[in-house]
Amino acid sequence: MGAMIEVRNVSKAFGGVQANQDVSMDVTEGGITGLIGPNGSGKTTLFNSIVGYHPIDGGSIRFEGQEISKFRVPQIARLGMLRTFQQTRIYGNMNCVKNMLISVPHRSMGFLEIFGDHSTQELEKAEHLLEFVGLYGKRKLMAGDLSFGQQKLLEFAMALMNDPKVLLLDEPTAGINPTLINGLIDRLKRANEEFGITLFVIEHNMRVIMNLAEHIYCLAHGEMLAEGTPETIRNDQRVIDAYLGAH
Amino acid sequence: MTGNWKSPALYAAILAFGVAAPFLFPGYTTQIAILWMMILFALTWDIAGGQMGYNSLGNIFFFGAGMYLSAVIQVGMFTDVGTYTSARGGEQLVLGYGDYFVSVFAGMAVAAVGCVLFAIVIGWVMFGLRGPYFAIGTLGIALSARELASTWEWIGGGSGIAMPVYPGLPDEKSQVSYIILFVLAILTFLSVRWLYTTRFGLAINAIRDDEEKAEAMGVHTTRYKIIAWSVSAFFLGMSGAVFGNMTGFVEPMEVAFPTVTFGIFMVVMSLLGGKGTLWGPVIGATVFHIIKEVTWTYMLGWQWVALGVLIIVNVVFFQQGIMGWAQDKWPEFFGIEVEEASAAGDEEAA
Repeated sequence: MGAMIEVRNVSKAFGGVQANQDVSMDVTEGGITGLIGPNGSGKTTLFNSIVGYHPIDGGSIRFEGQEISKFRVPQIARLGMLRTFQQTRIYGNMNCVKNMLISVPHRSMGFLEIFGDHSTQELEKAEHLLEFVGLYGKRKLMAGDLSFGQQKLLEFAMALMNDPKVLLLDEPTAGINPTLINGLIDRLKRANEEFGITLFVIEHNMRVIMNLAEHIYCLAHGEMLAEGTPETIRNDQRVIDAYLGAH
Repeated sequence: MTGNWKSPALYAAILAFGVAAPFLFPGYTTQIAILWMMILFALTWDIAGGQMGYNSLGNIFFFGAGMYLSAVIQVGMFTDVGTYTSARGGEQLVLGYGDYFVSVFAGMAVAAVGCVLFAIVIGWVMFGLRGPYFAIGTLGIALSARELASTWEWIGGGSGIAMPVYPGLPDEKSQVSYIILFVLAILTFLSVRWLYTTRFGLAINAIRDDEEKAEAMGVHTTRYKIIAWSVSAFFLGMSGAVFGNMTGFVEPMEVAFPTVTFGIFMVVMSLLGGKGTLWGPVIGATVFHIIKEVTWTYMLGWQWVALGVLIIVNVVFFQQGIMGWAQDKWPEFFGIEVEEASAAGDEEAA
């Protein structure tokens, strides 16, 4: 299988801070790719560049062969590339089912469909996915009243509702109760296998990323430091040094 | 308000009041007609302001623009507008019933369509602004339209335009205005009630809660924002056309673009009733209109102070408004589910 996302020589600076420098990487179609790196190494900047949150200074980003580095966030989302946020974002004053129903794919939404109601299939799918993440019993509650971990699960379910081709997850396990993490890893793997969604995951928790990803990239100081299988990364002296701060 | 017998009974009561009011209180026909217009104001403001989280201070622009559009159309159907306005009201259009009503409805139609076009063009620019910048930007639109209208001689400048004279007696005219405004208010209410059940309703709520998230999920945010404002503009434009005919005289300062009265009342009524709810604007407009009429009658000289106090109390101590407060107090009545946290809390306390 080929690369779904191809990042080539991407650079991005904020004022004098070079957040990404000449970064190149591939996200394999159908696989789970990981991105690690110490705090401030430019992981989220790279995510934001890919999904069109800010313009890049140089380089090229292709999604399914199409150059997307000039596209804006909603356009890229409608192509089927979706991201979740490090600081979980849901629609707080709407109940969980409504959060799900507005997350249907918008790529083929015609003008008149705007004034239509949701279909029975959409409602069934919403409830099915809420059950998948274990929130079915809380589906009528306001999303803002859920705990942080539950909001994170809701955000994940909303992303699945959108039928993305690729899902970019920014620290999906941060702030989640350790006993729930295994369940989440399991669900991420199932989303990848059963729904065929390509995953690209930023993660700080080494146990999680080593269990999850098939191929891992490691960023340090905005540059690509190393890449390889979990086993290679685990034993790479440069990666260990970057994390332990040996410089 | 949830299904069962309550809703039909409520609708029937409101409808019965609306139909009977001009016969029961003939002296107040115009006042109650304006109440229906106030309800229309609050409902249309709340589409963007309450449901979508875009607080506009300039919605009065569509009211005035609709009024001027209809004035120009109604006059232009029978005579040359420039000549007519340069006479400074020296000649007034006197029409038969047929011509009069054709001109009024043509004026309303053009006002509705014209204001939707204005909403699309202005919205394209204004919806790039967020939060307070959007509020001030829209206020600027209303104020500059007012200045523009008072210097544009073709539409009468500061002296305004005299509308065609109603062919019948004044009482009959206020009854006709009443009927049109009552029907417009009902149409507005039914339209927004239906819109809030569609994808459109979900989308504008999502924009209110987290616009950046909505964008990241691929929602066509700009499209929804412009549609929301266009719906407001559509009904506000028509209400402006009717109000122009009702007063019989259109001028920019007090009648067409009354930014600090009607323009602010729209916002206050929605806040008082509870913004972001279907019934809030209706309740808020009714309560506000009654308080306003009572203070104007019994506290003349202090009426603006009384209204100011009302606004301050509302904004400082009662932000959720009447409907918001009721929903917090009796969530199950409105079909809102909350977690049984209080019961667990009680056990812990015991």
